Amino acid sequence: MSLNIIVLAKQVPDTRNVGKDAMKEDGTINRAALPAIFNPEDLNALEQALRLKDANPGSTVTLLTMGLPRAAEIIREAVFRGADSGIVLTDRVLGGADTLATSYSLAQAVKKFGNFDIIIGGRQAIDGDTAQVGPQIAEKLGIPQVTYAEEIIELKDGYVTVKRRLENGVETVKSPLPCVVTVNGTAPECRPRNAMRIMKYKKAVTPSEKSALDEKSKEFVETRPYLNLNEWNAAFIDADPNQIGLAGSPTKVKAIENVVFTAKEARKLENVDEQIEDLVKELIANHTIG
Amino acid sequence: MANFYTDNPDLRNHLSHPLMKKIVSLKERNFEEADKYDYAPQDFEDAMDNYDKVLEVVGDICANIIAPNAESVDHQGPKVEKGRVTYADATQENLKACREAGLMGMAMPRRFGGLNFPITPYIMAADIVSRADTGFENLWGLQDCAETLYEFGNDDQRARYIPRVCEGETMSMDLTEPDAGSDLQSVMLKATEEPDGTWRLNGVKRFITNGDSDIHLVLARSEEGTKDGRGLSMFIYDKRNGGVDVRRIENKMGIKGSPTCELTYKNAKAELCGSRRLGLIKYVMALMNGARLGIAAQSVGVSEIAYREALAYARDRKQFGKAIIEFPAVYEMLSVMKAKLDASRALLYECARYVDVYKAYEDIARERSLSGEERADMKKYTRLADACTPLVKGMASEYCNQNAYDCIQIHGGSGFMKDYACERVYRDARITSIYEGTTQLQVVAAIRHVTTGTYKNLMDSYAEMPVKDSLKEAAETLKTLMEKYVAAVDKVNEINDPTFTDFMARRLVEMAGNIIMAWLLITDASRYSSESMEKSAKVYTKIAQAEVEKHSDFIANFTPEEVALYKEA
Repeated sequence: MSLNIIVLAKQVPDTRNVGKDAMKEDGTINRAALPAIFNPEDLNALEQALRLKDANPGSTVTLLTMGLPRAAEIIREAVFRGADSGIVLTDRVLGGADTLATSYSLAQAVKKFGNFDIIIGGRQAIDGDTAQVGPQIAEKLGIPQVTYAEEIIELKDGYVTVKRRLENGVETVKSPLPCVVTVNGTAPECRPRNAMRIMKYKKAVTPSEKSALDEKSKEFVETRPYLNLNEWNAAFIDADPNQIGLAGSPTKVKAIENVVFTAKEARKLENVDEQIEDLVKELIANHTIG
Repeated sequence: MANFYTDNPDLRNHLSHPLMKKIVSLKERNFEEADKYDYAPQDFEDAMDNYDKVLEVVGDICANIIAPNAESVDHQGPKVEKGRVTYADATQENLKACREAGLMGMAMPRRFGGLNFPITPYIMAADIVSRADTGFENLWGLQDCAETLYEFGNDDQRARYIPRVCEGETMSMDLTEPDAGSDLQSVMLKATEEPDGTWRLNGVKRFITNGDSDIHLVLARSEEGTKDGRGLSMFIYDKRNGGVDVRRIENKMGIKGSPTCELTYKNAKAELCGSRRLGLIKYVMALMNGARLGIAAQSVGVSEIAYREALAYARDRKQFGKAIIEFPAVYEMLSVMKAKLDASRALLYECARYVDVYKAYEDIARERSLSGEERADMKKYTRLADACTPLVKGMASEYCNQNAYDCIQIHGGSGFMKDYACERVYRDARITSIYEGTTQLQVVAAIRHVTTGTYKNLMDSYAEMPVKDSLKEAAETLKTLMEKYVAAVDKVNEINDPTFTDFMARRLVEMAGNIIMAWLLITDASRYSSESMEKSAKVYTKIAQAEVEKHSDFIANFTPEEVALYKEA
């Protein structure tokens, strides 16, 4: 059985390697100081999608991402790892979106995409850490959702069986298709980029990237359909202007504070068991640990 | 993300050497496959960009999968049960990553599913893999055997086996036997021909790296009654046919993740590769040359990790109120380690480029006859590759052992504990100067290039190359060292006594190695404007000066009669 698989992914600043210049004076992210990377849990999601493709020859994996035009970088990366193609949803009017507007836009793109069997995304992005976009898309499309997935165990006869990693154990659930699955970072790492695919697809571009190429390179891309990535805008996905971007985002940021931890709560203990035990008890009592 | 390729700017420098233009053009036959394969390069820049991008993946996998696995592989190791080998869990993970990344047939032609990379970027990958896990480099690097199968097998054999290697099946070269180590002419494994033209192998092989591989190249005695190398042929054994079992795996000092097997052949079905009687004298010699370059790359990887571990510790460790790297005794050791590392690497890539040029010509000669000019060019590069292969294998493997020793020394007492990577590096390093021909045998292969002048000609060609002002003094030093080298060679040639020549061979080869590597560092540092390389060029010239003068004095003050002093009863 061949499947139509959509993987949701986001290009994010690498918040795992934050230096002192990561934040600007006004408390917003200094994107120039942080490399843009493939959101880690979206890579776990991609691996689950590729495993489904391996098990179901003829399936296609399409990456869908919303962001700046440069988000095409993560589509190429996904293709190097085994995805078939991708779509960058990009438009100035989509900018400034909170999770509600983002999920609306992505759901519209999925509708435009047409037939699909399953949508797989990472649990959350490391820049916002909300874990809301995947579930909201499922709601907007009116299909079931399986969150905190660690492994897609089986997909057959219109159902998918998924192992979920929860706080106190694992749970195996079965859902009808189509559905949305969001994947945890505890799922297997994504396979590496493949040398042959890198050489084949390294010149793949979106229309806006293509427009910046010289004539010879343009011609090269045009003669090879697989080098053309999709780029969609708000009009293309029939988006309601009131539900996208800042206008569609009820979340308003009131203030951002740069919190610097100081050592004012430092306490010096004597090197005796009694004092250490007392401190541990105190920390457990105020829920700092345990 | 950590990356063992991009964190080492010297690699990109070496990859950008001017000779690459010629290599790529020969290897790609002026890009005739550009429209035939969707992953073939369009032009030189495109090809170089491909190498760079793929090496970036190698660096990624090495830094983030293979290196973190190295300790557990070393502890767990492979095991053997019912004649079959199971790799350590983490070794299996490493192999899986390399297969998924498509790195198992890097130098093979595209029509067999390979990447058609020249030897130089392939050897660079080996250098990087070895830094991550020296023992794993053996398993991954055995894809070299496919090169031999490609060179000497027939079309049918190529088409049946090479795509399997590119997809990730592993290989082994079954040469050594209990009584045939350095002396492979004594190989006894018996090959008998069946009426249908297939062969049966019977006997025992020992010390076979990755001996339970999918596809074996086997050296066996096909000519009954013969006792020398001319009675040996090369065979392909396919594990799918059965007949070869692993009796035991050796409990080794280092490279513990790589299974070293004793094999029993019981009527194992095999097929002849190439012509009868050429197994040792032609095919295994070619196989060994490739393998020696691979061990040189492995050695450079060991030197790299030894240097990095030592440097990190020396910066971190404080004694007498400051980091130990502040003390002359320690920073001298580190600079010398770095100089030996950079010198080994410079010669490694120089040699790889020579191999690339002549192999590309050899391959073109399979399709059409070469012009007179091309034949002369091929001959020139074959000779240079022949001269540099034993030199780099010998020098780089000895240096990586010295660097591993100094790495532990810098760690002090902690280095003697099992807590730091340096103890594994020290154990892993030790084999490099032994297998694929000991250093002593590399000297045997190299000495004729001392006596016939190949090395001297090479030095002269380097002395003609442009040198930046800040390295002119070092270049002048080298010119005086060349005179001392010539005087030492002349003396040995004049005495013309085989025993005396053998006795002095290692000294002469080392002198040649010191001077050639110093020239390479000086010319490379002039070309790439790399500060660290320039520093190494200066430090290494100091080392070369001390070494060459030491050997020069020894040879000048030595008479042939004095050899008797050293002879044991």
